Parts: sequence; structure tokens; C-alpha cells
Amino acid sequence: MSAVIENHHDEHHHGPAKGLTRWLYTTNHKDIGTLYLWFSFAMFLIGGAMAMVIRAELFEPGMQIVEPEFYNQMITLHGLIMIFGGVMPAFVGLANWLVPMMIGAPDMALPRMNNLSFWILPFAFFVLLSSLFMEGGAPNFGWTFYAPLSTTYAPPSVTFFIFSVHIMGASSIMGAINVIVTIMNMRAPGITLMKMPLFVWSWLITAYLLIAVMPVLAGAVTMMLMDIHFGTSFFNAAGGGDPVLFQHIFWFFGHPEVYIMILPAFGIVSHIIETFARKPLFGYTSMVWAMLSIAILSFVVWAHHMFTVGMPLAAELFFMWATMLIAVPTGVKVFNWVTTMFKGSITYETPMLFACAFVVLFTIGGFSGLMLAIVPADFQYHDTYFVVAHFHYVLVPGAIFSIMAAVYYWIPKWTGNMYDERLGQLHFWLSFISVNVTFFPQHFIGLAGMPRRYPDYALQFADWNMVSTVGAFLFGVSQILFLFIVLKTVIGGKKATDQVWEGARGLEWTVASPAPYHTFSTPPKVD
Amino acid sequence: MLQILKRSINKLIITTSAFFVAIFSNNLNADWFALNMTRGSTAVSEEVFELHMLIFWICVVIGVIVFGVMFYSMWRFTKKKNPEPSDFHESTKLEIAWTVVPFLILIFMAIPASQTLIKIYDDEEGDINIHVTGYQWKWQYEYLEDDISFFSNLSTDLDEIYNLVPKGEFYLQEVDEPVVIPAGKRVRFLITANDVIHSWWVPDFAIKQDAIPGFVNTAWTVVDKPGIYRGKCTELCGKNHGFMPVVVKVVEQDEYDSWVNAKKEEAYKLAELTEKDWTAEELSARGEGVYQVNCVACHQVNGQGIPGIFPALAGSDIVMNDKERNIEILMEGVQGAAMNSFDYLSEVELAAVITYTRQAWGNAENGDGEIVLPKDIVDYKKPKI
Repeated sequence: MSAVIENHHDEHHHGPAKGLTRWLYTTNHKDIGTLYLWFSFAMFLIGGAMAMVIRAELFEPGMQIVEPEFYNQMITLHGLIMIFGGVMPAFVGLANWLVPMMIGAPDMALPRMNNLSFWILPFAFFVLLSSLFMEGGAPNFGWTFYAPLSTTYAPPSVTFFIFSVHIMGASSIMGAINVIVTIMNMRAPGITLMKMPLFVWSWLITAYLLIAVMPVLAGAVTMMLMDIHFGTSFFNAAGGGDPVLFQHIFWFFGHPEVYIMILPAFGIVSHIIETFARKPLFGYTSMVWAMLSIAILSFVVWAHHMFTVGMPLAAELFFMWATMLIAVPTGVKVFNWVTTMFKGSITYETPMLFACAFVVLFTIGGFSGLMLAIVPADFQYHDTYFVVAHFHYVLVPGAIFSIMAAVYYWIPKWTGNMYDERLGQLHFWLSFISVNVTFFPQHFIGLAGMPRRYPDYALQFADWNMVSTVGAFLFGVSQILFLFIVLKTVIGGKKATDQVWEGARGLEWTVASPAPYHTFSTPPKVD
Repeated sequence: MLQILKRSINKLIITTSAFFVAIFSNNLNADWFALNMTRGSTAVSEEVFELHMLIFWICVVIGVIVFGVMFYSMWRFTKKKNPEPSDFHESTKLEIAWTVVPFLILIFMAIPASQTLIKIYDDEEGDINIHVTGYQWKWQYEYLEDDISFFSNLSTDLDEIYNLVPKGEFYLQEVDEPVVIPAGKRVRFLITANDVIHSWWVPDFAIKQDAIPGFVNTAWTVVDKPGIYRGKCTELCGKNHGFMPVVVKVVEQDEYDSWVNAKKEEAYKLAELTEKDWTAEELSARGEGVYQVNCVACHQVNGQGIPGIFPALAGSDIVMNDKERNIEILMEGVQGAAMNSFDYLSEVELAAVITYTRQAWGNAENGDGEIVLPKDIVDYKKPKI
């Protein structure tokens, strides 16, 4: 260990290389974190543009802008890009930037693999997006790609989709291995597991989830590939296969996947709330145990996505009860955040605004999740806009708000400049209002009976769809403001102190702002 | 200058108010107040609705308490009002309380939920058993006791969908032939699919069951009130997923009986047609209708298909010159492709639609122009020795 540290010391004087090769060849966790974050923002804009196409078509009943065939391609790519290109790489980028600094490590444990796991991602999405220009069009079977719609009945581009999912999976697995090895081996002396910052804990758990389920996804798409090209019948009923098997495999991946997209958010929000409440986080130990229980439970609830496939009664009951149980640890987290604010000394800078909105809106998403767990009621909710409202509430004002909060919170440390607080607050209020205008009415549309993935709809759903579209465009425009704020901060601004926030705790605030290219070449002292 | 500014402000006000008038004037048949789940029309749907409301109100109460404490803290403990934060960051008692209390609330919810579910899962045979099959993009209904079988297609006009004419009251919620069931009888639906996965949903009965190829799922209902009940396909099944509604017509027993008799009569007349001497024109004319219902979604009105996904029929060598293979494809489908067997159509319909495709779009002029008679289909169906 110490030999490695001394080696690093010699390289110190170099700093980053110049030009494009700096980014291509970099093994520096901060550079790679930056790459991940910019990449995910680009994907967020592309996926967002697709959402605008979807919402524009749904502005009024009737087909106006696109054909149903293309509409299905849009919903599919929107889902895939936002999940695999937007949210996941953003969290990996944050992990790259923050995990080494939070545990007092000089870099990630496997820096070359770190470079590889980022640089294969653009190719994965290039392949996926290029399918838009192929004969037969892009994948059109929804991001859940249920067989046999995604096998026997799929456009030829499905093979490219499979290949690109494999690359994304490989990238995620490498990223996860890197995080685990780093956290397990490179913590500064004195940082025991139960002293780790919660963001580090949340990522440790997330990384284990990724390693457990990404291979399952790879297995599912490989079986599809075999069915399409090599004459097998895993999912083809006519050949003795089982279309429902696909859904079991997919959701065994898919449910832990949704927690992969929210656990790091829990970590981020915990840091931000304790900082701006100027009070230690309430119930640190119970927060760790809650995340662990959520992660473990995530492996035994997958079939709640499939209550209508005709499972036996015993299975429906089991998955209903197991799913309801998740409300307990999730509730513990929310209560802990609220109690952290209680008797605090709170100020509302932009990160705190996003974090507060996260707690409220994520909880609303949690309530609708609890409702969806109730099987008889789910027979009415399933595959309607109620579900769309539910998962957008946990993903947009949930995961994505937490990412934005993280950017505002740590960007002074990354760039050495403070962001423009007035613009940040404006961005928050625009996003907060528009996200609710967009997604809250979707609860109504869903309960009133509009199924999801419909390019056109009956007249009784017209009004709230119109409202939702207006909200969506406002939300879209607000994110251009976010881009502007970030660019402005990168270029210049009020210089940030090392501490940045009065109430901030953690090793990352002990280094200079901006953080030097190499930090903690010798491990810090921690009591 | 002031004039221009004034004018543009006026313009802005007019367009904005036009927008809001459009929203609030209850345009078309839109319904501002369709905010909640339907109560439905059966005992089960009633119970599901009550369950939904129970859980909803529990969530509301929890939300009011949690957000209440949160908003109070956000307001009361700002840096201005409380410059010295407390160090209160641990309490085993609190942690135990907010683990145990939610757990008890969950049990309180799980009991009625499980009871209702068990009721729904009662799998007894029905007085009437109807086999429901999902196709891309229509539903087939087969009455097992009465040997009746028919397809149910969207009847909304394409011009309405493409905004060329005003939309009707039941836009996208109307079909050419609804499934008819008698009031007060236990009806069991046996639900499956022929191609991809669909899902058969009628909100008023609280029935949503996936239609999965190779599986038969069951659902049952007893509807007391005659009327028309509308539902939808709720599993993404390809491009016309949004265009294959479900319409159930519930009628009194005697009306149901006469409907059954009429359907049987109709089937008998169709069988007679098979024997008739058909001309190319007659078959083509009839075939065009069959094509509009069954083929047009993929192969398109002009027979050009969609490049890369659905092959063109216009100018196709098989359609122009290979009658035998043409019949075979219709009867057997194409392995590994979206083209399924259409052997469920009647002999007349099959002969007519094949003849239509062999005559239309210049195919007759460019190919052999041979027509297919119902008899050819009957011959094809005979066991081959």
C-alpha cells in the first residue's frame, strides 16, 4: 500500500495532460467522474427530447405529430436512455468524484478499468441510437422488452439493441467492481465501515446489487438473441417455451435495478440535509440498516410487476406482503430525514431545496408504490398512467432531483467556484413546479383508466393530458437553464472556500477548492 | 413604439386566453372531473374501489402527519429562528416506534387486501364460458357452450384519428361487434393470445388479465345492470396497441337468447356462401372489406407494407404468381415472423381476401391474375394423403 502511495507522489508534479488525450487516456477518478457526469447530461437531454415528442403527441387526442410505430420507438428509447444513459452513469460519475475523497483514498482501486468502463458507454449508446436510422426503425417494444414482442415480432434492429445492452451491462459491472474494491481496501485508517459517509454506504450496497443483477439482464438478452437467430424457443410458446419466464428473469433484474437508481440518492440527500440543518444526521446506524434491508428485500419482490400475468394465489399473496414490507425501511429513512431537520438550524440554499423536494415527492411516489402493491387494486392500476406517475415521481423528483442537488452541493468543490445562487433557486422552483404539473395529473389520468404506452386516447383524458404536456415542456426548458448555470460555474464565479458550506462534514471538505488533481496521496488522519 | 408594444401585449393576452378557454370550456367530451378510479358495476369492482380508497386515505393521513412535522420543522427551525442547532441525533425508542407502528398499519391493510384477492381468485366454472383471444390488433370471442365465434375490431374511423373529421363520443372506445353477456349470470373468461402478449381490461368489472400465447388465464364476473361497458388492451402489443378496445354489452337473458340464435343463423348463412359460384369481382369486393379489417394494419391500404418490418403485397411474386404458396401462408403463417396463421377466418373470407390481393394494386395485370375460390380453401383443409 505505502509503495503505491509513494509512486503516486512522483507523478504529482505532472497534473492533467493537455488536450483530448487527457480525457481519452485518463485514469484519474476526478476526470472520469467529470466524463460520466457530462455524458449522462447529454443523454438526459436526448432522452428528454424524446419525452417532448411523446408529450407533444399526447397534447390532444388524435394522431398529429408522429405515427404509432415511431411513438413506440420513442417510449422505448426514452426509457432505456434515461435509465441506462441518464441516471445510472450520473451516479457512477458522482461515485468516481466522491467515494475516493470521502474515504481518504488517492484514486479508485482499478483506474485503467475505470477508464474502460466509461469509454465503452458512448459506443453502447451510439449503437442504440443508430438503430433509429435502420430499416424497420429502432426497438419499439418498450424499455421492458417483453418477449415475444421483442423476439419474433421485433424489428431487425433488436440485435443491435441486445449488443448495446451487453456493453452497458459490462460497463456497469466494471464500475461496480471498482467501487467495491475501492471501498473495501482503500479507506483511510480509522474509517471503519460504520463510520463511512452514507453516500459511500449507499454506493457499496448499490454496487453489490449491480453485480448481482446485471448478469441476469445479460442472460435475458442472450436468450432473446438465441431465440431470434439460433432457433431456440426460450420465450416462444409455439416451440414449448414460456413468455412469462422472460418477465420473471427481466424483473429479477428490474426490481433491484430500480433500487440501484434510488439508493445513491438516499446517500446524497442524507449528506445535504445534515449539512444545511447544521445537525448530525439522525439515526445513522438505522439508515445503514434500512438501506441494507431495502436491498435484500429487492430480490424477493420482483413479481409485483407481474400481478396480472396469472400467477397462483399463493404467489400473489407472497409478493404483495413482501412488497408492502419495503414500506417499513423506506419509512424509517423518511422519518430520519425529517427528524434531522427537527431542532436544526436550517438555511435553504439550492441543494437543500432540491433535497427537501426530494423527501416530499419521493414519499408521494412511495405512497403510490404502496397502493400498487395491493394486488386487487393493482388490477385496476396496472399498466395505466397511475404507474407512469408513480415511477416518474420516484425517478424524476427522486433520483434526478438528488443528482441535481448533488451537483449544486459539490460543484464548488469540483470547480472552485460558487454557482449563481439566484439562478440556482430559479432553476429549482421552475423544476419543482413543472415536475408536479407534469406528473401529478397522470395519477388522475391513470385512475380514470388511460393505459400507458398509448399514442392516442379517448376524449375523457384530454384535459389532464394537455396540462401534463404543458408541464413537461416547462420542465424541459428549465433544464437548459441548469446547463447554463453549470457552464457559468465552470467558467468562473465567486471563489469557494475549502469548507464551502458552514455545516458540511466529511473529508472532501478538508481539501482545497477546487480539489487538486490528486488528493490524499498520503491517507488523512481520522479519529 | 408604444403602439407596437400595446398591440403585441394585446395579441399575447388574446392567445393566452384562447388557450385557457380551450382548456376550461369542456371542449369535446373531455371530463375535468375524471379524477378517480371507477366504482364499477360488480360486487368485486365495488370492493376493489373501497380497498383503493381505504389505502388512499391511510396514505393521506400518514402524509399529513409526516409532511406536517417536516413543514413545521422547516418553518420553525430556520437559522434565523434557531441559530443554535441541537445535537439530537439518536433515539432507540423513536427508531423502534417508527418501525413497529408502520408494520402494524401494513398488517391492517394486508388483511382486507388478501380477503378481496382470495374472493377474486375463486375459479369455479361459469354459467357461460367465453374464450377470449388477443390478436394484433383485435379480440376474438368464442362462446364455448353455443359454438359462436367472432372478432371484435375498433370501429373508429381513421379520419377521426387523423383529425380530418370531428371525433365521436366514443372515440377509440367503440368496436364493430361487442362481446354480449347476460345480466346476473356468472360469466367466465378464458383469456389467451395468438401472437404477442395482450391484456384484457374492463375497469367496470375490475378485470385485468394478461392474454399470453401458450397460456390460458381465467377471470370471472357477474354483472347485474344491463349496459355497455368499455375497456382496453393494457399490454404493449405493437403499433396498434392503443387501437384495440374492449366493449362488453350486458343484456337481459331473453335478449341474450335471441342474440345467440341470430348469431347461429348468421354462421349457417356464411357456410352456405361457400357453395356459391363466385366471380372475381364479387370475391374482390368482399375481400377488400376483409383486408381492411385484418391486413391493413401491417400491409397498408396501398399494399406496400412498411419497409423492413411488413413486406409489400403489391408486386410480390407470391401474390402475383404462386397461388398455392399464397394460400399456404394465409393458412399456416410464416415461422419466425409477425405473419400469423389466419385459418380462423371463414373459407369465404379467406378466398375473398386472397383474391382481392391478387387483383388489387396492378397485381392481376403483372401476374397470373388467378383467383382463389372458397372451394380451394376447403380443399387445402382436407387431410393430405
